[in-house]
Amino acid sequence: MFFLRKAAVRFAQCMLFVSMSVSAHAQQEIKVGVVYPLTGVAASTGAELKHALELAADVINNGADGIAGLPFASGGGLPNLKGAKIKLVFADHQGSPQVGATETERLITQEKVVAIVGAYFSNVTATSSQVAERYKIPYLNPDSTSASLTTRGFKWFFRITPHDDLFVQNFFTFFKDLEAKKGIKVSKLALFNENTLWGNETTKLETRIAGERGFNIVKSVSYPAKSTQLTSEIQTLKAGNPQVVMQSSYLGDAIMAMKTYKELGFAPEMILANNAGFTDTEFIRTLGKDADYVITREVWSLDLAKNKPLVGKVNDLFNSRYKVNFTGNTSRSFTGLLTLADAINRAASTEPEAIRKALSETDIDGASTIMPWKGIRFDGQGQNIFGSGILVQIVDGKYHTIWPFNLATRDVTWPMPGWGQQR
Amino acid sequence: MSGEILFQTLVSGLLIGLIYALVAVGLTLIFGVMDIVNFSHGEFLMFGMYSGFWLYAMFHLDPVYTLPLTAIFLFGVGVLVYRFVISRIIDASMLSQIFTTFGLMILFRGIAQFFWKPDFRTVDSSVVSGNVNLLGVQVGLPQLVAGIGAILVTAGIVLFLTRTRAGAALEATAADKEAARLMGIDTQRMFALAWGLGAACAGVAGGLLSTFFPIFPEVGANFILIAFVVVNLGGFGSVLGALCAGVLVGVIEVMGGFLLGPQYKLAIVLALFLAVLMFRPQGLMGKA
Repeated sequence: MFFLRKAAVRFAQCMLFVSMSVSAHAQQEIKVGVVYPLTGVAASTGAELKHALELAADVINNGADGIAGLPFASGGGLPNLKGAKIKLVFADHQGSPQVGATETERLITQEKVVAIVGAYFSNVTATSSQVAERYKIPYLNPDSTSASLTTRGFKWFFRITPHDDLFVQNFFTFFKDLEAKKGIKVSKLALFNENTLWGNETTKLETRIAGERGFNIVKSVSYPAKSTQLTSEIQTLKAGNPQVVMQSSYLGDAIMAMKTYKELGFAPEMILANNAGFTDTEFIRTLGKDADYVITREVWSLDLAKNKPLVGKVNDLFNSRYKVNFTGNTSRSFTGLLTLADAINRAASTEPEAIRKALSETDIDGASTIMPWKGIRFDGQGQNIFGSGILVQIVDGKYHTIWPFNLATRDVTWPMPGWGQQR
Repeated sequence: MSGEILFQTLVSGLLIGLIYALVAVGLTLIFGVMDIVNFSHGEFLMFGMYSGFWLYAMFHLDPVYTLPLTAIFLFGVGVLVYRFVISRIIDASMLSQIFTTFGLMILFRGIAQFFWKPDFRTVDSSVVSGNVNLLGVQVGLPQLVAGIGAILVTAGIVLFLTRTRAGAALEATAADKEAARLMGIDTQRMFALAWGLGAACAGVAGGLLSTFFPIFPEVGANFILIAFVVVNLGGFGSVLGALCAGVLVGVIEVMGGFLLGPQYKLAIVLALFLAVLMFRPQGLMGKA
């Protein structure tokens, strides 16, 4: 009797072991390569991006309690691949296009990843996606905004973020909406951009689109980023008497420009800024009240949670784990991996060609993402046609979403009060 | 309206010109006494800005009130740089001297990046902030205070050079090192004094700038090119020349930029500079 019972226990143990090893075997691992700047000038950004991807992978593999609207929130891996788990393989491109290319090659040939996510810097994305294109491996780019990346005719490249061209288009759509919904007519614009590649490209885009859409540019001023003063530039703007100044500046020159506006008493109806210096935390801290009422472009903002509870829930999850909120960068990376997982799941295969095909057929509803987008659907060049930016206005030292109007958490204040008035 | 804008622009140019002048005075002092071009001068300015910033951030002392501390600190930096580096290359070739001060420039920027990070810093609420109405035009108070400070310090330097024994000794050393040594002047001391004073001038300019200009390790680069133009224009070694040329460059940059197009503002300054080099190579107030 005693012997038999012992045998029964042993038998049960064996069965348990076998069943466990079988289920472990059935749970395939899907390797996804990630190329991000983990050291170098953007190391701190790289670390945040890595966290965002790790959270996304964890949601897919282990679920996220109570966040019903998010895809894969029930956990258990990819259902169409028998619960296969996503395994991220990180590589560091150090901010260098050459390193980005060799690391991508290593991920594909040695780590045998089925897809790549990367690479934050537009110039690194350019070289690293070239390697993926050559090896016919799908490349998902969450966060590089150089417009030219999706004009290369690549078959394996997919970008979810809007690019610089679309961001500029957004400004003019905002003017149209402003006239339609609020009865505010904007016609006289001044362009005020710094004169490195970014500022000059923006000037060109703005000039072209303003022409196409019938806006009048009364002054276009570019200035050297290393200026000791901006008096002559701003006097020139003032002489043109524009309604709106569209400005692209880095932090130091953005602060100097704002101080000079005040000094010279230059008060257009609105300053419409192109991100960069105007969204740096130092901008509001330095200028205090003087930063108020500026409108700037953004890709994401935490107050979106007000109209879209999913944003707040996912942000809480991120914050509880990493003690920081999502940013425009991390929210896009998070969304990027979920988009890729969605495609792999629909492909029900780890064959690169099947994943590529599934990616090209992606049709995700914006409501199930944490982005302010209508959705995710790629055109023939791999660009997400539903990607768009948002506009935020600084009021009382905080950024409030004011456009698109359906996502707004605050009514736009227009025009901004003059410098002498109560602010 | 147009007249008012012109006057406003003129005043703005004048005020930034005074800052240029103060930076250039330090540079021209060192050159005048030693015939060494100090490429790390912009970094003295940067140290002056950080000195103002840190005293403000750590002890809540306003950069304007801590100007004397900043001046003393930078005087010390100047003397140390002379004692440990420059004194070894006094008789070296000009190329070695250029490389040395150029190397110092890179070293100082590296030090600032290492200890203080490449972030932009600002003094967010100085006692001098806001605008004042001056003869009907709006002038930034920080710029106005900086301009007045620049005039006072430059005047102090001129008085020191013309009215004190040490100043006279410095001028004598500038005129002829060998003769000065034979007359019993300790030229080593004079050289150290020139570096100390030169650095202190840049430091004070930095302290004054820190109330309204962003502070970062590379900030010297924004000012150093203009400082060289000012020194050349005023005449190498001439303090009064540097003052006049600084104001001139400031006004021409701002007014020219406004009248002919802001994209040409530096081109106008540099064209004038070339013209002076061609027709009066010793500068406006330099000795031939």
